[in-house]
Amino acid sequence: MFTEENLKKVEELRKRYPTSQALVLPVLWLAQEQFGHISEETMKYVAGLLNVPFGHILGVVSFYTMFHREACGKHHIEVCTNVSCMLRGSGRIVNHLEKKLGIKMGETSRDKQWTLSEVECMGSCGTAPMFAVGEEYYENLTPEKVDSILGDLK
Amino acid sequence: MTTQPKDEQITRWEKVILPDIKDLARLDVYLANGGYKALKKTLAMKPEEVTDQVKKSNLRGRGGACFPTGLKWTFMPKLTTKPKYLCVNGDESEPGTFKDREIFERNPHLLIEGTVIACYAMGITTAYIYIRGEYGKWVRMVERALADAYAGGFVGENICGSGFSTNIVVHKGAGAYICGEESALMNSLEGQRGYPRVKPPFPAQNGVWGCPTTINNVETIANVPVIIDKGWEWYSQVGAAKHPGPILVGVSGHVNKPGVYEMPTSEPLLEIIYKYAGGIPGDKAIKAVIPGGSSTMILRGDQLEGIRMDADSLKAAGSSVGTAGLIVMDEDTDLIRVIARISKFYYHESCGQCTPCREGTGWLWNILQRFELGQGTMADVDLLMDIANNIEGNTICALGDAAAWPVQSMIRRFRDEFEKRAVPSGKGIEAAVA
Ligand SMILES: Cc1cc2nc3c(=O)[nH]c(=O)nc-3n(C[C@H](O)[C@H](O)[C@H](O)COP(=O)(O)O)c2cc1C
Ligand code: SF4
Ligand code: FES
Repeated sequence: MFTEENLKKVEELRKRYPTSQALVLPVLWLAQEQFGHISEETMKYVAGLLNVPFGHILGVVSFYTMFHREACGKHHIEVCTNVSCMLRGSGRIVNHLEKKLGIKMGETSRDKQWTLSEVECMGSCGTAPMFAVGEEYYENLTPEKVDSILGDLK
Repeated sequence: MTTQPKDEQITRWEKVILPDIKDLARLDVYLANGGYKALKKTLAMKPEEVTDQVKKSNLRGRGGACFPTGLKWTFMPKLTTKPKYLCVNGDESEPGTFKDREIFERNPHLLIEGTVIACYAMGITTAYIYIRGEYGKWVRMVERALADAYAGGFVGENICGSGFSTNIVVHKGAGAYICGEESALMNSLEGQRGYPRVKPPFPAQNGVWGCPTTINNVETIANVPVIIDKGWEWYSQVGAAKHPGPILVGVSGHVNKPGVYEMPTSEPLLEIIYKYAGGIPGDKAIKAVIPGGSSTMILRGDQLEGIRMDADSLKAAGSSVGTAGLIVMDEDTDLIRVIARISKFYYHESCGQCTPCREGTGWLWNILQRFELGQGTMADVDLLMDIANNIEGNTICALGDAAAWPVQSMIRRFRDEFEKRAVPSGKGIEAAVA
């Protein structure tokens, strides 16, 4: 169930689009912000709220990489390994993170503190290499910088 | 190897898209620097006149295809009972591209002003600015500027007392490169999976929600107030005659000063690399460059002399401007790794609707991975070319071509790199497995 505040936001959103289905992405974003991830139950709730079939919501959630159906670690580190980052040493950053956190790309640490993922170009190629944690971008990374960022995140 | 250009000065260019003005993202600062003047000028003109000015300016889209913007606007039907829409494309996910983000951050009001002007020209009452989901922070920056613009009376009802009204909505994507393709973007905006649509019908006839729609890139729209403010005569004389105006060039990879640089179109690539971006670390030679984002054809570093950042020059050189995301690779770069990584990207981002793209991108990546591991043969190179040729032109959207071009150009221009890495025929994957 959405908070009062989010329900109000949904009503505001309705004014901005000609169809209810167009609210699927913005409302899923609200849901993910409130619940941390998008469970089957949440999808059913959103389907009811927007009067859109559950199957449609499921299709959308599985299509877009930023919607997460399962909770990941407290800090989700997304490292760009695309070409501009690769040229500026993203490989070194990946190795350093894997060693430091004791997990491989795509894994979550046992204490559920960290999740490491590889992502495609984040639009940060001029400040490569980079990773994002949530909405925050960390740029021009070096192993030393990574250490201090991890320290601050803990 | 490349010769460095003589030490001439960088063309003196007074920046208009990203001027160095502190806090320009704030409405009061924007207004103090002539902001929304072009909008007021526009509102005193007839809508057709505005489109005409954009047409005469020769502005061409900055989203990748270099399509003439004014011409695109004339495709919108004048007499229709349906609502019309503008979609401003800020999906910015092409590897090597990071320019629209600078506009969101440093000059969001220019984008908003351009959006309102475009709406006025085409008789549009709702515009959506679609911003990639990863840019959550930048979404909020644009939303903040938009709220101020509403409060200032520059967006919304009865804009500047003119009687013209239009709304702007910021729409956040959720992670999918394909949503930058215009018809996929429309599907995504409708709340669906981002699958590209078969064309025709074209967006101007049958776009989002079945209504006439125009889609323009963020930077394209940001150029519009400049054209109105300074006049099309001025604009059309900046840079290349057939592809004029200021352009945001994002330089990344092996340069001393990577970043987004605003310049007139048609600056020599070597000047961009050495003057703007400070040259190559360790004074190494350039092995290769990708001039306009990962989809554009790769060029040899020893053949850059005379090539300029404009549509005609790059076309003649066998590549394209794309998003003007210039990726520079020095002499020590492993190009097989580069092309393998690029191919992995297209495989990952293919939406899977067309067989040649869905299957072909996977095969390309597979074979290139084999090469990376030192298990490829020259027969594999022919196979790669064959697969790429079979994807190109045989798909619903241009992602297929975008996957094929880097591979084709890499093989054509850097066959030696493959030869160096290849094992003799018959000793390839079979031998490695045995
Ligand atoms: C796979 C693919 C991805 C694209 N991504 C973007 C993008 O992120 N931003 C963009 O403006 N155009 C992108 N385009 C181009 C758009 O389809 C469209 O041509 C452009 O937004 C039109 O704007 P313009 O005429 O102002 O350049 C992409 C095209 C393809 C085929
Ligand atoms: S070319 Fe690829 S991305 Fe484009 S519609 Fe076909 S399968 Fe999808
Ligand atoms: S390649 Fe890593 S941010 Fe663009």
